Order: sequence, then C-alpha cells, then structure tokens
Amino acid sequence: MSLTNGWEMVVGLEVHTELKTATKMFCGCANSFGSLPNTNVCPVCLGLPGSLPVLNARAVELAMAIGVALHSTIAPSTFHRKNYFYPDMPKDFQISQYDLPINVGGFLDLPDGSRISIERAHLEEDTGKSTHLGGSGRIHGADRSLVDYNRSGVPLVEIVSGPDIRSSTQARDYASELRGILMATGASDGRMEEGSMRIDANVSVRKVGQPLGTRCEIKNLNSLRSLQRAIDYEAHRQTVILEEGGRVRQETRHWDENLATTSTMRVKEEADDYRYFREPDLVDLIPDEAWQARIREGLPPMPAERRSMLGARLHEPSDSLLGAVSVVVDLDLDAYVSSARDAGVPAELALPRAANELATDLGGLSNLSFEAFTATLLMERSGELSPTQAKSVLAELLASGGEPRAIAAKKGYEQLETGAVASVVAQLIEEHPDEWSRYRDGDEKLAQFFIGQVMKRTKGQANGKDVIAELHAKR
Amino acid sequence: MKSASDIARDVQSGTSSAASELDVALAQIRARNGELNIFLYVDEEGAQRTAAALDERIQRGEQIGPLAGVPVALKDNLCQTGIPTTCSSKILEGWRPPYNATVIDRLLVAGAVPVGKTNLDEFAMGSSTENSAFGPTLNPLDTSRVPGGSSGGSAAAVAADMTPLALGSDTGGSIRQPAALCGLVGVKPTYGLVSRYGLIAFASSLDQIGPLTKNVRDAALLLEVIAGHDPLDSTSLPEPAPSLSSHVNDGVAGKRVGLVRELIDGADADVMASVERAADALREAGATIVELSVPEFRLGLSAYYLIAPAEASSNLARFDGVRYGLRVNGDDVTSMMEATRTAGFGEEVKRRIMLGTYALSAGYFDAYYGQALKVRTLTINAFARAYHQADFLLGATTPSVAFAFGAKTSDPMAMYLSDVFTIPSNLAGEPAISVPFGTGDAGLPVGVQLLGPGRSEALLFAGARVLEIADGRS
Amino acid sequence: MSEPLRREDVAHVAKLARLILSEDELNRFTQQLSQVLEHAHDMNSLDLANLVATAHPFGLVNVVRDDVTRPSLDHDVVIAMAPDAQDGRFAVPRILGEAP
Repeated sequence: MSLTNGWEMVVGLEVHTELKTATKMFCGCANSFGSLPNTNVCPVCLGLPGSLPVLNARAVELAMAIGVALHSTIAPSTFHRKNYFYPDMPKDFQISQYDLPINVGGFLDLPDGSRISIERAHLEEDTGKSTHLGGSGRIHGADRSLVDYNRSGVPLVEIVSGPDIRSSTQARDYASELRGILMATGASDGRMEEGSMRIDANVSVRKVGQPLGTRCEIKNLNSLRSLQRAIDYEAHRQTVILEEGGRVRQETRHWDENLATTSTMRVKEEADDYRYFREPDLVDLIPDEAWQARIREGLPPMPAERRSMLGARLHEPSDSLLGAVSVVVDLDLDAYVSSARDAGVPAELALPRAANELATDLGGLSNLSFEAFTATLLMERSGELSPTQAKSVLAELLASGGEPRAIAAKKGYEQLETGAVASVVAQLIEEHPDEWSRYRDGDEKLAQFFIGQVMKRTKGQANGKDVIAELHAKR
Repeated sequence: MKSASDIARDVQSGTSSAASELDVALAQIRARNGELNIFLYVDEEGAQRTAAALDERIQRGEQIGPLAGVPVALKDNLCQTGIPTTCSSKILEGWRPPYNATVIDRLLVAGAVPVGKTNLDEFAMGSSTENSAFGPTLNPLDTSRVPGGSSGGSAAAVAADMTPLALGSDTGGSIRQPAALCGLVGVKPTYGLVSRYGLIAFASSLDQIGPLTKNVRDAALLLEVIAGHDPLDSTSLPEPAPSLSSHVNDGVAGKRVGLVRELIDGADADVMASVERAADALREAGATIVELSVPEFRLGLSAYYLIAPAEASSNLARFDGVRYGLRVNGDDVTSMMEATRTAGFGEEVKRRIMLGTYALSAGYFDAYYGQALKVRTLTINAFARAYHQADFLLGATTPSVAFAFGAKTSDPMAMYLSDVFTIPSNLAGEPAISVPFGTGDAGLPVGVQLLGPGRSEALLFAGARVLEIADGRS
Repeated sequence: MSEPLRREDVAHVAKLARLILSEDELNRFTQQLSQVLEHAHDMNSLDLANLVATAHPFGLVNVVRDDVTRPSLDHDVVIAMAPDAQDGRFAVPRILGEAP
C-alpha cells in the first residue's frame, strides 16, 4: 500500500537476529531452542555474583560475516552495559555494543534495484523468556510470571537500516532479502516463527519533500506479513492524526496480530536512562586484517549474486522464470539447478522444476541427489518422460529416494515406440473423421485435440513431439 | 604462629599433618572468634575432609603443592561451592554458590585448606569493617579499634593467629589498609595478575584479589599460587604466574626509590616518621632515595569516588530478589525489587549505589564519570613519569594507625579520605604492597607502602623484605 | 557541574536504582552526595580535553574463547536458589510493563 494525498511514509528497520553458534555469547552453555526450562544455564548467563563474561569467537566471526555481506566497514569496537531492571535480564543490565559497533555503515540492494543504507550491525546478548500466568496469558492482566533463562546470553546481531524505506512492500522485501543474506552467511537459521529473527519498525509520515515527522517504534514483529500490515496500519494512523491537525506522539507501540492494530506500549520518557558505560569485564575488539580477510574469503555468494548467476543464461527472462530464480535462491536449491544445467538441461526447465517440485518437499531433499535430479530432467528433455511423468518421478525420488530410470520403469512410464504412436494415431483418425478432415484443411487447433486423445489413450506415455510428427506425416 | 612455608614443609615431610595444623587453626578460631567476630562461617567439616584427604595422599607418598596443609581464611566475597557467601550483606541471605572462584580452585590444587569466610564491609565498601550486616570485626591488637577494611576480617584472622594466610580483595586499598592497621603484609597485585572469576564484584576495573600474611615470604608464596592467566576472566593477563618467592631476597642495591610527597602529606606524625625511617633503611640497603612530587595523585580520590560507585551501581543491580538470595514480597515485580533492595542493602551500599547511578545518569555522565576516566589516564601518565626517575615508590599506606570504632562512621567523606594513599595504584592497575614498619601511637603498627609499575611484584617483594629485616622481623 | 544536587534529583536516582528512601535518608543522602560531588569539582580545574578516557588499565584486545560447549549447571541446583519457582522456572509477581 502507498499513501495518498501527497503523504509518504519513512521507515527504518531494526532487525535482531540470533546467531547460529554452538554456545552462548559469553559462556559455554548450549545455544539451543526448545530445551527444558533453565537447563542451559550457568553462573555467567544466570548473572550469579562473581561470574564474568568471555566473548565467543564464533559470534564475532558471524557478526563480521554479516558486516561483509552488507558492505559495512569492520571497525574497532567496544562493549557497553545498558542498565535497566527487568526480571528476564539476569544481571539487570544488557551487554551491548553502543557508540563503537563492530560493523559501521553499508547497504543492501533489493531485487527491484533500490538500495537501502545500513547504519550499523552490532553484537549484543539476548534476554531470558517470560511466561505470564493468569489473565489472558499476555503480560497485561497477568498475576504472576515465570522466567526461563535458557535464551539469556544467546548472541544477537542487531542490524539497523537507514530511514530509507518508503513503502511496506519495500520493508518486506528488505526484511526478506536480509533474511536470505543472514541464512547465506550461516549466521542465522532465519526461523522467524521461533523468534530467531525479530523486527522493530520505526515509522513516520510526512508530506513529500518535507522534513522527517515524529516517529513511532513498533516492537517485535515476527513475521513478514505482520511487518507489512503493521507498517501500513501505523502509517495510516499517523496520516489520519496529522490530517486532522493533531500531533504524533513519540512512543513505542505494540502490534496486535488479531486486532490488526498497533497500540501504545510505552511513551518515551525521562526514565529511559540506561546509564550506558563501558563494560569493564570485557576488553576491546579490534579484528586485525588477517582475521577480517579470513572471514571475507570464507563467505559464500550472497542471494543477489546467486540470483544473477542463475538468471544469467535465461534467453527470455519472463516474470515466472525470475520468480523461480528467487524461490530457488530463497530455498537454497541453487546446486540442483546448476548441476542440471551443467549437464545440458536448459535453465528454463531446471528452474521451474526446482522451484515448484522440489519446493513442495524440502524435507525430502536428503533423498534426492543432484545426479538423480539431473537424470530425471535429461529424460524429460529427451522425451523419454512427459512433463507429468517427470514431476511424478521427482515426487517419488523426494519421498523415498532411488534411481529415476528404475522408478520410471516401475511406474510403467516407458514411452511408446514411434510405431505404437503411429498405430494409435491411425486408429484415432478412423474414429474421428470430421476432426481429421478439418485438420487437413488447415485448422491447426485440432492438432491439440489429437494430442490430447493420444495421451488419454496411452495414459500419458506418448511423446507429444512424436504425435505431432505422426500427424504431419499423415496429413 | 608458624609461617605458611614452615607448615607446608612440615606437612609434606610428615613432621606434621594437615589435620593437626587445621586443629591449631580451629582451636584458635573457637577461642577468639566469639569476641572478635572475624569468621562469618567456619567450614569445620569441609576443612577436616580436605585435610584428611591431603594427609592420605602424603602417606601414599604423593607430592602436594606449595601450600600443603596450610589453613587459609577467605574474604566472604569469594564464591566457594556450597558454602554460604554473603558479602556481609543481608541481600545474599541463604545463598550458597554452585561454583568455586578460580583462586579457590588454585588454593585447593596447591594443597591449602580453606577454613571459612571472613567478615568485610558490606560488598567491600568501607575502610573499617563497621559496614557489615553482621557486626564489626575487632582489631586483635586493640579491641577498641577497627581492623581496617574492607578486608578487615581476613586481616584480623591472620593478626589473631587463626590462619597464617588470608585472601582479601582490594578496590581502593581494601587489602593494604587493614594490613597496615593489623601489622601485616598486604598485597594489591597488578590488575589482571589474579583472576577475578568468582570474586563478587565491587568495581570491576579496580578490583584485585591478594594476600594478607604475617611475612613477605608467605605473601609471595600465596600470590604465586593464585596468580596466572585464567581463561574465565577476559581481563586476566595472558602470561602464567611469575616466579616471586625466589626473588624475595634479591635486595634493593642499586635501585632508585621515589619518596612521594603526596603519599605522605596529611599523614599523622607517627606514620610520617615510619616512612622516613623506611627510606633510611632502604638507603642503607643500597638503594638511592629520590624525592618526588606527583600532584595528580591528589585527584585520584575524586576520580575513584565516581568510578567505583558507578561500576558498583551496575554490578549490584542483579541483587533484585528474582533469582537468589533475599526476596521481600511486593504487589508487582518492581515493588518486589524495591522492597528487596531497600531491606537487603545497608546504608553505605545504598549511598554508593546512589552516587554511582547519579554519576552515570543522563546529563551528568560527561561531567562526572567521563571526567573521572580521564583523571584515570592522568594518573597512569603521572605514574609513568615517576618511573622515569625511580624503580619503585615509597609512601604511607594510611594517614593514621588503627582508629577507634565510630570515629568516622558519621562522616562518609572523612572515611573516604583515609583511602587517599592507596587509591592511585588501583586507578593505574599497578601493584602495591603494605608492609609493617615500626610502631606509632599507642604502640600500634604502622604500614608503609611500596608501589611499582605493572608486573613489578618481584621487585616490591624484595623491597618489602629489606624493610621486614630492618624492622627486626626477619 | 556546578549545579547543586537537589533533593528531587536524589529521589529520581533512587527510583532508577530501585531503592526506597525515607525522608530522613533522602535529606541525608542529598547532603552527603553533594559533599562528594563538591570534592569532585577539583577535577574541573584541569584541562583534560586532550586526554583519552581510560576505562581499562591495560590494553588487552580480542580476548575470545572457542565456540565449544561446557557443562551447564544442574537444573535442581539452579532452581534451589530461587526465592520462588514454579514449573522449573523462576517465579515473580506480575510485571507491569514490557521491557524497554
């Protein structure tokens, strides 16, 4: 949605991603989702008196990888304490990077060609998780809360975009592209539904060309759909206020997925005094050139590059083929497409098969080798299998593995000999004399009729090209 | 009382046993702890088990470490598995740590026998041990006076012949000042030499654990055991423990000693006289005395009383009634936290949390905390300048000998001022030793202080040993 | 920096620090903290503009550990510390607002 009447929205996103490390940011407890409550905890991540943090090298490397992928400068950085009392935060301060983050600046190019600037991408630790008892199970109206510290100290990178986003669609595209990058770097599993990627949106509106308006921050959007809807709602809400001559109040707002509205969570006030100061229990982080180079060299190609690699050999890049390219990259199916292509399967065939057939059963990919995928498509290309048959073979391969030729044989997909096609065609000409004479008189549409009939009679085992050749011969 | 090195030698050789040395310690604790209020917790059974296990190993012919069978007292801000650890605060009521501080693991490896936890100013905030939620500790040398603080309990345990060794912690003088007031050797090591893992933090960038002992040799021995890199402390120096006891008798011949005016000015006449005689003794041992002025040291106090409370206000936030220790109920979580902290912390701790919170809060950060960090830089630079002219520095540890109970409790600023000579070393992260030298008013001991550049402990021990001999304490 | 410390400043700080001060304490702390801050004013006489702030006495950098798991605490030991617990979690009275 875009705004009307000369209004435009100005949006910046803060994306928090949990890093896919084996251990937490400052201790050796497992970083894993779904363990029994308070089982992955130790003196450090419980904030027990006397415990001290020691930084996880892998977390630093993943943060640097994110920075490289976002074209940031990797800079000398420090850690600060952000002080506030909250029961899910065991030390009652959060260790976070503040004025000197590890990644400074950068940008992210979206598939539509627009470029969103990145202000910073810094390291910080996650908090524990509260469950609320009584009332509706939400924080408001609850009688009592229970805290699990398994998530406490899990490493996070917060990626802050510039206020460059101008529509909710663009915001969604940015988040989606960033998610792809985070997954490609190995930094994140991208599971938004498990909270491993959470988004805060800063939204304001203004008349085009005017200075920035007062912004509101919408917290904890955890799906792309919520992100898009919340931004639309919020921009509309602010526009209405301003059109009626009102003032937007700077505040933090909560998105309610069920009501599809945002509501005031807390007003910015003086009490937001986090008393930041350097974390004296940690030392400076100054990755040297060699360490940075190791990260840079170890980085796989990012989604944009992969898309252009896959799309490069398309003769006519239609929307549907480009769509298939995006799906293939998003689902990390590039290797299937490129190995098929290297064996001579046209990208025009490999892309839709990967984007449509493989995408329906990602769990089955472990059963499907690149060779089997390629072999199936080569059979389809040579006419040994019809498209329908090829899809069915792929489904079978994904479900239970095996060898394409054997599966085709088992399913009885061996195509009819040309001779057999000729006899079926002859039979049909006899049965449908009117259609045949109209075809002979030049009504090409009837070719399709005969092909359909042949397929019906042969249960799809005839090759369409053979049928056409036969029709031509008999004409 | 027997020195730690003698005990270790006798226990290892079989002349004595860990169990019998422990009995001596426990007997003295039983005899005097009721009166002096030194130990908050005595782990008789645990200590006896440790001692018995050591004796068994020795009987099997095993070589134990350098502290075989030596009883050690621990300041009650060091975490020991399963042993109540209170920081002399009500807020840690009932808490037993599920882990050992690194120094305790190292003591155990060296064959030492931890006997219990000693009293301190609550969260190590104070200079007299009067700020303990469990009552003050009495100075064994004169029970009408304070033992100093905050490691007053540890100092008193050694002074009262309960244990030959004790560990304290020093943030602004909390080892050296009680050592001076109780007639002991007290060492504040180079920042990062001893792991802070398991030391309940007061001011993280200033805290160091160190020894309190009767003599220089034992101090070197104990520091060797607890020093050296620890991967659990990010601020730990990367190198292994230095050899220290082998340098105790190196002497000071040819060394330049800086007698620093700012580390004497304002001291009582008896203290000043001791420092001057100490200078003479070092000169007689072959050192050159250089008189120096380091005006920046005076500013240390102001910087310290902003930096330490600022860090403390954040370090002590975790005592909120949610996960461990005291909880006072409230209608909601904020009221619970407020009620718990209000009931759990004593007045001095609250005062410093308030000061530190203010110094860090928006609008004041640059004026106070930011400025204080720069003064810290200034102090470091000033030390560096002094070390162009001298190998180590000499001054008083405290302005006076042990003072009477209540003398400074009503005036926090007066109490803070008594840390003026010890603070610069903490700000710079550099080592300093207090060693008894002569007596002052009322026949009470006076401590003189030797200060050196980072990692110069061996040199300071050699200097302290020269003074120990000159003072007739061979 | 030369502004005097006001009683309401001290009250605000107490709120930030989650402490409840009696009237008596509020007055006393205002006076005592003023005294300490007054003393700190001697730092003002210095020209410190060109000095870098020291937050740490030694220049250690890049102290990191390998990403290798270490044993966590036994769950029973963890929960035994809790002033109040339920279902293996730490229990607290109702929370009035979301985290900032």
